[in-house]
Amino acid sequence: MSKKRSIGQILGPLAIPLIAIGILVIFNLIRDPEFFSIVIKHNNDGNAVLAGNLISIVNGASELAILAMGMTIVTAACGGQDISVGAAAAIAGSMFVKVLKSVQEITGVTVVLAFLAACVIAMIFGAFNGTLVAVFKIQPMIATLILYTCGRSIAYWINGGATPSVESSILNAWGSFIPGIPIPTPVLIVILMAIIFGLLFKFTSLRLFTQSVGINESAAKLNGINATWIKLLSFIILGVCVAVAGTIGVSRLGLINHETLLLDVEMDTILAVAIGGNSLGGGRFRLSGSIIGAYVIQMLTITLYAMKVPSTDVKAYKAIVIVILVVIGSPVVKKKFSKFVGDLRRKRAARSENSEKGAA
Amino acid sequence: MEDFKIKKREPFSDTKLLMTITICIFFGMYILAMIFLKGGFLHFQQIGDLLNDNTSLIIVACALTIVMIGGGIDISVGAVTSLVVMSCVMYLNSGGNIFVSILLALGIGLAFGVVQGFLISYLEIQPFIVTLAGMFFARGMTTILSDNPQKVEHEGFKELMSSRIEIPWLGYTANNGNKIPFRLEIGVIVAILCVIAVFFLLRKFRLGRNFYAIGGNQTSAMMLGINVKRTRFLSYVISGLLCGIAGYCFMMHTGAGNATNAAGMEMNAIASAIIGGTLLTGGVGSVIGTFFGTMTLTTIKKIVVSSGLNDPWWQSITTGGMLCFFIILQSVVLKRRQKKRVL
Repeated sequence: MSKKRSIGQILGPLAIPLIAIGILVIFNLIRDPEFFSIVIKHNNDGNAVLAGNLISIVNGASELAILAMGMTIVTAACGGQDISVGAAAAIAGSMFVKVLKSVQEITGVTVVLAFLAACVIAMIFGAFNGTLVAVFKIQPMIATLILYTCGRSIAYWINGGATPSVESSILNAWGSFIPGIPIPTPVLIVILMAIIFGLLFKFTSLRLFTQSVGINESAAKLNGINATWIKLLSFIILGVCVAVAGTIGVSRLGLINHETLLLDVEMDTILAVAIGGNSLGGGRFRLSGSIIGAYVIQMLTITLYAMKVPSTDVKAYKAIVIVILVVIGSPVVKKKFSKFVGDLRRKRAARSENSEKGAA
Repeated sequence: MEDFKIKKREPFSDTKLLMTITICIFFGMYILAMIFLKGGFLHFQQIGDLLNDNTSLIIVACALTIVMIGGGIDISVGAVTSLVVMSCVMYLNSGGNIFVSILLALGIGLAFGVVQGFLISYLEIQPFIVTLAGMFFARGMTTILSDNPQKVEHEGFKELMSSRIEIPWLGYTANNGNKIPFRLEIGVIVAILCVIAVFFLLRKFRLGRNFYAIGGNQTSAMMLGINVKRTRFLSYVISGLLCGIAGYCFMMHTGAGNATNAAGMEMNAIASAIIGGTLLTGGVGSVIGTFFGTMTLTTIKKIVVSSGLNDPWWQSITTGGMLCFFIILQSVVLKRRQKKRVL
C-alpha cells in the first residue's frame, strides 16, 4: 500500500495528463493496432523522413507546446492567462513575411533577420500586455482582451490587406524537414526550447521568483523581489514563444493568413496548461505538465480525425473529454474519492482484524 | 458621526463612478458624432438601428454582468446563442410551432447554465475551463446540427420577425419626401425588459445582493450566512437562461441559422461589461452601465464606418484602442480612490 502511495506522490500533478495519454494510447491500440506504426517515406525533395500518426501528433502539437511553455510562466506569475497569443502570433508571422518579402533573395541571413524582427514585435506586444498587467494592475484576461480584439486586424494591416506567400527551401527546413534529418524540425525546436527553459531555470532564480510572486505577491515584494519586473518578464518570454510558434506556423504553409494562422490556439494553450496540472490561479508550475498537456490535446484531435469525425465537429467531442478530465482532477471529486478509498481500506482492515480474532 | 462625514465626501460607490464615466463618454461621443459626422446620427432612427442590430449582444452582456459581479466568467455565451439559433431554426423548419421553439431556446440555455453552474460551484472547477468546454461543445453541436446556413421557412415566425413597433412622431422625412416612422424590432423590447429585470434583480432582491457579496469577498459572504455555492450556481443558471433569450432574439433579427453566428460575441459582451464598469474580479458592476457599455461599443463601430475608414481592419483596431482607453482609465480611477481611502 505504501509503495502505491509513493508512486502517486512522485507523479503528483502529472498524474492526470499521463493517465489521459495512457487511456488515449490504449484506446487507439484497441481500435486500430496499426495506429502508432511509423514508416519511412520519401517526401517531394527526396529526403527520407518519418511518417505516421505518432509523428503527425508530435509534429502538429509543436506550436501548442511552445506556446504552452510561455503561458505556464505567465499563468504562474500573474495568476491569469494571456488570451491574445493567437493574434500576437499572427502579427509576428505577418512581420516575418513582410521582412522576407521586402528583400530580393531569401538567404539564411534574411531569414534570421526576419525571425529577429518577428521576435522584437512579439516582445513589444508582450511588453504592452505585461505593462497593463504589472503596472496598471489589470487582470491578465482583460488586459489581453485588447490585443485579442484587434491583433488579427493589425496583422492584416501590416500586410496591407493581402495574404502573401513566400517560397524558400530555408522556410521548408524551418517548418517541415531539414534535408538529411528524418525528424520534423518543429519537434526539434520544441526540444530546443525545453532545453533552453531548463537551463534558464537551472542557472537563474527565475523559477523561484516567478513562483513566489504567483503565490503571494506582497510577501515576495517584502523579500525584495521586483514583482512588477517578474510579471513583465513573463509576458516578454511569452512573446518570444509566440514569435517562434508564429514563424513555424507561417513556414509550414509558406504563407501568412491573418485569419486562420493558429486560430483558437489561445484556448487550447490555456487548456494545455490546465490539463498539465498547473493551477490557473498562479503559483507553483511544471513546464513538463504543460508540454504533456499540449500533446494530450493534439493526440485527442488526431484520434478524432482518425475516427472520421469531421474537423468542424471535433470541438464538441473535445469538450466532453475536457469536462471528464477536469472533473477527475477537481479537488472536490478527489477528496470524495480518497475518502471513499479510505473507508474501504478501514473496512477491510476491520474485517481482517475480525477474522484474525476469529482464528485466534 | 465619523462615518457620516466620510459618506458625504464620497457619495459615489465604485459601481456608480465607473458607470457615470461610461454614460458621460457615450453621450459626449454621440454628440460629437452628431456635430461632425451629421448624416444618420442626426436622426433618432440611428439609435433605433443600434438597438435593433444588437439586441442579443445587450442580453448576453447582461448575462455576463451577473456572472462577473459574482466573481466568475462565462465565455460560452456566444456559442450557446449560436446553438440556440441553429436548433430553433431546424425545429421551426421541420414544422414546429413558435411557442415550443421559445421553450426549446430557454431549455437549451437553461441546460448549459445548470451543467456549467454545477461543475463550477459544486465541483469547484475553474470557471474559465468549464465555460471554455461549454463553448467548444456548443460550437461543435452547432456544426453537427448543420454545416450549411439554414433559413427560416416557417410562416408564422416570418410574420413575427417582420413585425415592427412604429412610433411616427420620432421618425424623419427622407430625401424623397416620404415620412419614415421610427422602427423598433420586438427583440429590442425583450432586451430592454431583460435589462430592467436584471436591474431590479441586482438592486432589490436578496439574490442580487448576494451576487455582489460573493464577488466582493467570498469568505465574508460565507460568514454572513450566504450559501455561496448555491448563489454562484444560480448566477450561471440565470446567465444560461439569458443566453437562451438572446439566441431567440438573434434569430428574430437574422432569421437564419449559421455555424458562425454570434462568432466573437463572448468577447464583445465581456468588453461591453468592462466598458460599463464591471470588474472581472467581482463585486463591482451594474447592468445599466453594461447597457451603455454595449451602446458605446457599437456606436464607436458605427462612427468608424461612417467616417470613411473603409479598410476592414480599422473597426477592430479602434475597438481595441477604445477598450484599452477604458481599461486604463478604470484602473487609474480605482487606484486613486484606493490611495485616498488609505490616507
